Amino acid sequence: MQSNRRIERYVAPLDETPIAAVDAVDTSKKASSVWGDAWKDMRGRWLTWVCLVLILLIAAVAIFPELFAKADPTSCDTLNSVAPAIAGHPFGFDVQGCDVYARVIYGARASVIVGLLATILATLLGGVIGAIAGYYGGWLDSVVSRLGDIFFAIPTVLGAIVVMQMMPWDKNAMSLAIVLAIFGWPQVARIMRGAVLSTKHADFVTASIALGVSRSKILLKHVVPNALAPVIVIATVSLGTYIVAEATLSFLGVGLPPSMISWGHDISVAQDEIRTTPTLLIYPATALALTVMAFLLLGDIVRDALDPKARARR
Amino acid sequence: MLWYIGRRLLQLIPVFFGATLLIYLMVFAIPGDPIAALYGDHPPAPAVIEEVRRQFNLDKPIMIQYLLWVMGIFQGDFGVTFSGLPVIDVLASAFPITARLAILALIIEALFGITLGLVSGLRKGGVFDTVSLVISLLLISVPTFVIGFLLQYLFPITLKIGRTTVSRDAPWDELILPAIVLASVSIANILRLTRASVAENMGADFVRTASAKGLKRGRVIRVHILRNSLIPVVTYLGTDLGSLMVGAIVTEGIFNIQGVGGQVYLAVQKGDGPTLVAFVAVMVIIFMLANLLVDLLYAVLDPRIRYAK
Repeated sequence: MQSNRRIERYVAPLDETPIAAVDAVDTSKKASSVWGDAWKDMRGRWLTWVCLVLILLIAAVAIFPELFAKADPTSCDTLNSVAPAIAGHPFGFDVQGCDVYARVIYGARASVIVGLLATILATLLGGVIGAIAGYYGGWLDSVVSRLGDIFFAIPTVLGAIVVMQMMPWDKNAMSLAIVLAIFGWPQVARIMRGAVLSTKHADFVTASIALGVSRSKILLKHVVPNALAPVIVIATVSLGTYIVAEATLSFLGVGLPPSMISWGHDISVAQDEIRTTPTLLIYPATALALTVMAFLLLGDIVRDALDPKARARR
Repeated sequence: MLWYIGRRLLQLIPVFFGATLLIYLMVFAIPGDPIAALYGDHPPAPAVIEEVRRQFNLDKPIMIQYLLWVMGIFQGDFGVTFSGLPVIDVLASAFPITARLAILALIIEALFGITLGLVSGLRKGGVFDTVSLVISLLLISVPTFVIGFLLQYLFPITLKIGRTTVSRDAPWDELILPAIVLASVSIANILRLTRASVAENMGADFVRTASAKGLKRGRVIRVHILRNSLIPVVTYLGTDLGSLMVGAIVTEGIFNIQGVGGQVYLAVQKGDGPTLVAFVAVMVIIFMLANLLVDLLYAVLDPRIRYAK
């Protein structure tokens, strides 16, 4: 039976594509890196550009508010209390008679500074601690991980409320950022530790050990750069959440002092007028939401770009 | 499983002492006089200060103070509020209200988040998916207190539905609007999580096998896709509890609800440190226990966790 059936098998003629050409690597081209690939992916999405333009605009407003608003946000006249919009004052006036548009523009600085400082501090602190714990392991890892568990048990904003309430020193952007970072670092440390643990046993690390490179040099040159991607993602996303935290604390009255113009503080003042003039609340709230959204979206995009699995799914 | 529960409980002990010590130190070891902070600009007579210091054990070394305070917690003594009421009594009336609010919020976020996430994930890239993604992004970007004011303006003030403030004993129906506010951010997060994990599981081998052996689509979705997609959602609930607590402070403050969060809100407004510490300690303990519960639930759902060393 079997012998009657002709089984056809196709065998590609070997001379068509030489094996050497299939395996050839173009060494003249620049090597592609994780970040290069990620940027190539991000570049092609219009959402990336919307985010970047929005973030650049927010940064410009935070650095040079006087270019965007002619009126002085601190020169207020109670005669203008909750006056509607007129020429030159497009958003009208708040209870104190301050120009709402100017306050929205000048409020960007507080949010951006606190968000940026808290993110940098938490990322540095958590990154260093997580990398050391993951790489050296042993008792150091146990101690640091338990310490992280303790800080992790206290929700960031809850801890910040207590410290900011009891703090005898002056409240300013720096002190608020430090307090947020103190409760925010374990999240970064956990992610960094996990990433370092998974790269620690990679072949290129073993090769470096075999070549006799010192442990600390391996950590800095090979392990950390390869474990950085998830930390960058969490940093971008947490920038948005720290801005929300600042606004929430300022809203509760334990954040920035009233002398610093902050959206959270303005929203908290505007709540008394919500029945009569809801726009007082809506303008700073919109600015706050746009800023947070820009950073959260960017975090999403970076995560997608760094994760080949997500890239394939899209 | 018993072994896992035991190990997890042992891990809780150092975290409990560490976190409570941290809170205690934050308040009583920071330079500055907490008693002076209590009275603001009107310092009381020296004898009163002495008495208050003795009452809060501030005349003893800091570690002894902490130990006495923790021993008190174990005996149900969380201290005294600024107005002189024992914290445990205030807690007894406040806790059921917050529990009702939290249960409502959890039901709302699970119901809407999972259903909408499932529909979005099944029809990824469709109109419904795009619209729900945009709305969820908006919900995540707008802080809870803004959503609270907007819904307060929209429903009780403009449409005359519901009330701007909740009455003292906070019945279930009055808590629906605050619960929606409290759940809003989590709805969006659960939606996104469910959507991503449903979309991933749609291409999984076990789903293809289930369809190939002729199971009805409804059963494949319910038993094979949804159940497996819920694992990351359950993990999320653990971390989400922290933001739910902060959200409760803001929401109960806005709607004037006399719950645990409302007490913290009032304590912050009045600058009342001892009350604040007592209630924050209570919140952190609830947070720890709830996280333990979520971990155990997670171990039930995913056997790999139980057996991992």
